[in-house]
Amino acid sequence: MDIKEYIASGILELYVAGTLSEEESKEVYRLTLKHPEVLDEVLKIEAAIIKLTAAASPSDSKLLYPSIKEKITTDTTKVIPLDTKPNKQWFTYVSWAASIVFAAGFLWFANDNSQLKEQIRIADIDKELLEVQIEKGNSSLTEAKKLISVLRDKDIIAVPLAGQAVAPEAYAKVFWDKKSNSIVLDVQGLPEPPKGKVYQVWSLKLNPLTPTSLGVIADFSTDENKLFTIENANASEAFGITLEPEGGSESPTLEQLYTLGAVASTP
Amino acid sequence: MQLDLLVTKFQDKDEKAFETLYNMYSDSMHGVIYNIVRDHDIAQEVMQDVFIKAWNNASTYSSKKGRFFTWILNIARNAAIDQTRSKNFKKAKQNLNSDFFVDIIESNESLDNQTDAIGIKGFVSKLAAKCKEVIELLYFKGYTQKEASETLEMPIGTIKTRNRKCISELRNMLEV
Repeated sequence: MDIKEYIASGILELYVAGTLSEEESKEVYRLTLKHPEVLDEVLKIEAAIIKLTAAASPSDSKLLYPSIKEKITTDTTKVIPLDTKPNKQWFTYVSWAASIVFAAGFLWFANDNSQLKEQIRIADIDKELLEVQIEKGNSSLTEAKKLISVLRDKDIIAVPLAGQAVAPEAYAKVFWDKKSNSIVLDVQGLPEPPKGKVYQVWSLKLNPLTPTSLGVIADFSTDENKLFTIENANASEAFGITLEPEGGSESPTLEQLYTLGAVASTP
Repeated sequence: MQLDLLVTKFQDKDEKAFETLYNMYSDSMHGVIYNIVRDHDIAQEVMQDVFIKAWNNASTYSSKKGRFFTWILNIARNAAIDQTRSKNFKKAKQNLNSDFFVDIIESNESLDNQTDAIGIKGFVSKLAAKCKEVIELLYFKGYTQKEASETLEMPIGTIKTRNRKCISELRNMLEV
């Protein structure tokens, strides 16, 4: 903004006259704070107007002051009792308005608070679910790590079990650690056993065919990795998995032989 | 700065500050009021009303809205104009003349003792008719720019620039 042009426009003369809008007056006030030359111009205009208007005063106005002073000093004492009524009314309105605002605010807060509590409850549930998942994840990870270590161990014998007549698509794997007399059984490739039935694992001697039960896989459905560690102190020549009634059988039901694999003869 | 302090004190109901402000502006307000009511006694009554009103409503003033002088000028003009609208006033002043402030200043005897008196008398007597009208309406009567432009049948912009010229002449003469 060109300040010289602004001053020359005549707006400051109107500002002193009081004919500008409130917005325009605020703008002039803002500029008087920012530009000293604007304030200086306003003060000069005002001084000129004060002198001009004072020249029209019909008498010495100072003589009128005592009566005004008397009024303002007595007014302050007299006016107080008169003012109480409207003041009280004003106070009542304000208190009502305040109570309504407070009540609304309180309700809002209460509502907000219960919403927050609900959110915390949901967050807690989510947290518990996540903890369970982490726990599951951790145990899966342990299993997986175990499998990796088993796969990498040079002393481990891997025995693939191929699908048999009942389930040609099925397959399984045995990782036999002779040192620790245990096998890790991977049954990822077996179908879900029908209700009331379980898989039973057998260690077999081939000549003559002698099956030894290594146990049933009771928690087949619930184990995610389908990896099971089983004790095996036998001199196994083959491994087989059959489907048996819950609890397992004394000897394998050969019609329900799912997978079978022989241990590669060590040279 | 000093004016700001006085006004703040006045707003805090400081009677001394009020008296100082009164002395700064009372002649000016008296002139404006007298120019509207054209009666010594009524002008004195209005003067009292104006300054008591200012005292009671001190808190409503804000420097952001305008000059303190302008604030009290507005109160004075409104109070004087209200007075001319009252029934008693109309009866008493049926034949109120429509002369401008210029006549009052030219014939003002109490002015002779004041500084600038001669200068102001000289200024107003030389003032162009259009200047007299514009100053009369904008400062003494409180017309808006639009009202003044309608009354004087001049474009709004002309009111603004003409007024600026007239006030410049006044300032040259008063050396402010």
